[in-house]
Amino acid sequence: MSGTLITHIPQAMSPSESRLAHRASRHVKEKIIESILFLAALVSVFTTLGIVYILVSESVVFFRHVPVWDFLTDTQWTPLFDDAHFGIVVLLSGTLVSSGVALVVAIPLGTVIAIYLSEFAGPRIRETVKPMLELLSGVPTIVYGYFALLFVTPLLQKFLPELPGFNLLSAGIVMGIMIIPTVSSIAEDAMRAVPMSLREGAYAMGSTRFQTATRVVVPAAFSGIMAAYILGISRAVGETMILAVAAGMQPNLTWNPMEPAATITAFIVQVALGDLPHGSVGYQTIFAAGLTLMLMTLVFNILGYWLRTKYRERY
Amino acid sequence: MADPKPALESLPLKAHAASLNFHYGTFQALKKIDMPIYDKRVTALIGPSGCGKSTFLRCFNRMHDLYPGNRYEGEIRLHPDNVNLLDRAVDPIEVRMRLSMVFQKPNPFPKTIFENIAYGLRVRGLNKRAVLEEKVEEALRGAALWNEVKDRLHEQAFNLSGGQQQRLCIARALATEPEILLFDEPTSALDPIATASIEELIAELKQKVTILIVTHNMQQAARVSDFTAYMYLGELIEFGWTDDIFIKPKNPQTEAYITGRFG
Repeated sequence: MSGTLITHIPQAMSPSESRLAHRASRHVKEKIIESILFLAALVSVFTTLGIVYILVSESVVFFRHVPVWDFLTDTQWTPLFDDAHFGIVVLLSGTLVSSGVALVVAIPLGTVIAIYLSEFAGPRIRETVKPMLELLSGVPTIVYGYFALLFVTPLLQKFLPELPGFNLLSAGIVMGIMIIPTVSSIAEDAMRAVPMSLREGAYAMGSTRFQTATRVVVPAAFSGIMAAYILGISRAVGETMILAVAAGMQPNLTWNPMEPAATITAFIVQVALGDLPHGSVGYQTIFAAGLTLMLMTLVFNILGYWLRTKYRERY
Repeated sequence: MADPKPALESLPLKAHAASLNFHYGTFQALKKIDMPIYDKRVTALIGPSGCGKSTFLRCFNRMHDLYPGNRYEGEIRLHPDNVNLLDRAVDPIEVRMRLSMVFQKPNPFPKTIFENIAYGLRVRGLNKRAVLEEKVEEALRGAALWNEVKDRLHEQAFNLSGGQQQRLCIARALATEPEILLFDEPTSALDPIATASIEELIAELKQKVTILIVTHNMQQAARVSDFTAYMYLGELIEFGWTDDIFIKPKNPQTEAYITGRFG
């Protein structure tokens, strides 16, 4: 058969003759647009790198004065005293306890709200409730701080007369309320993305609405729901004003939410507002504290990323 | 089908539709459908897209109840009870406990193979490990999947191939010992080899269970079914033994569709 099928081949043209060549004007325009987009992306990368650079370089100065081992194991945090101690665990305990309280509030409530909005509520209710919830996350955190100090704490004191005026419990509860919309909104999006065919499969097996929601939709949306939790944790760990206002600012190594304590963020505010000379060890502590905070959120984000890939949605 | 065929009147009924109308909001999708479903036979619903065949199928297990604005009129009676499934006093969940469905696209749950099959049993309150294990094996054997998955029952169902997933969905539907199996174009997302294995399975399953299958593939209807119903624009145009419908249809519209001059 070779050669017999292709009988007549016209003479070859160059690409420009045949108008198939690259067009310079189109090419240049594309290049310009591409580089503008690239620059925009670069800004955020440089910002992140800049922050990491400052935190690390200043922390290195700090760790020249204070050994890393002391920083991690000391049980006192008194950077401004003559007998200075730098035990980060003191601040870490405040951060972990208040975030823990916040998550105990936000994860169950946020999940239940997400299940309700995604699986039970009609479109009218959903369209009313969702914007109201999102309004909740738009309230400035300083307002939440005073809400915790002047409303929630007195309320709690009615049941817990021992509770001091500044405490981690009320700050944590209010912080939990603040992150409910974050958790519920992302979790709901994840559940709504579960295809209807999966729900129909569950209903066709004789499931009730509740069984469909809890046994099929939630497991199917698991990775998205996890992402919602992780984002909630990151917000709780990084939250500042509520804790600065309502939890008291004295460093206190405690795992009891009924006590006042300072968190990493509250300490940074305290020092940043004070008049410590630049370059003093006391001033440098905020960078070490900030680095600790960043490493914590980094760990949570990596955990979230790992969970997302491990339980990736495959419908 | 061996001739002579038994008289239709002598065949036991599993269900029948009587003056069934169905409305999506203001659109009437089914018009006065009267049709028998014979016990332990395969009935195929064919017709061009939008003719209402899937809509009709989904009336049987009250799937339309899941969405607002849908309305049934008339009856689908399930035998031997002779109860109207569409009666307001009938709980759709109870209906779905007795009729299972297999969908167009395989839709395994995000669970292990074992838990997918056990799902319907657990929903029915069955949680004894030994009983579940026995029923899961039985269902998987029934769906001709046991040998392929017996060593990986606790792996995620998504790891199976498309054809295996669809057989898993059939096993899931079989596990609860349904009286009628509803198939909604079960092979339209599958390759020819997987399709052949599903068709073989359907032929085997009719020993035990009544089957109603929607298909847009006429060869498939001819291969697997005992009875065929041709629908067009929400109406039942012709119903009869499959070989009668395909060899000597009474209605010229049916003939036009069967011979490919239309549709």
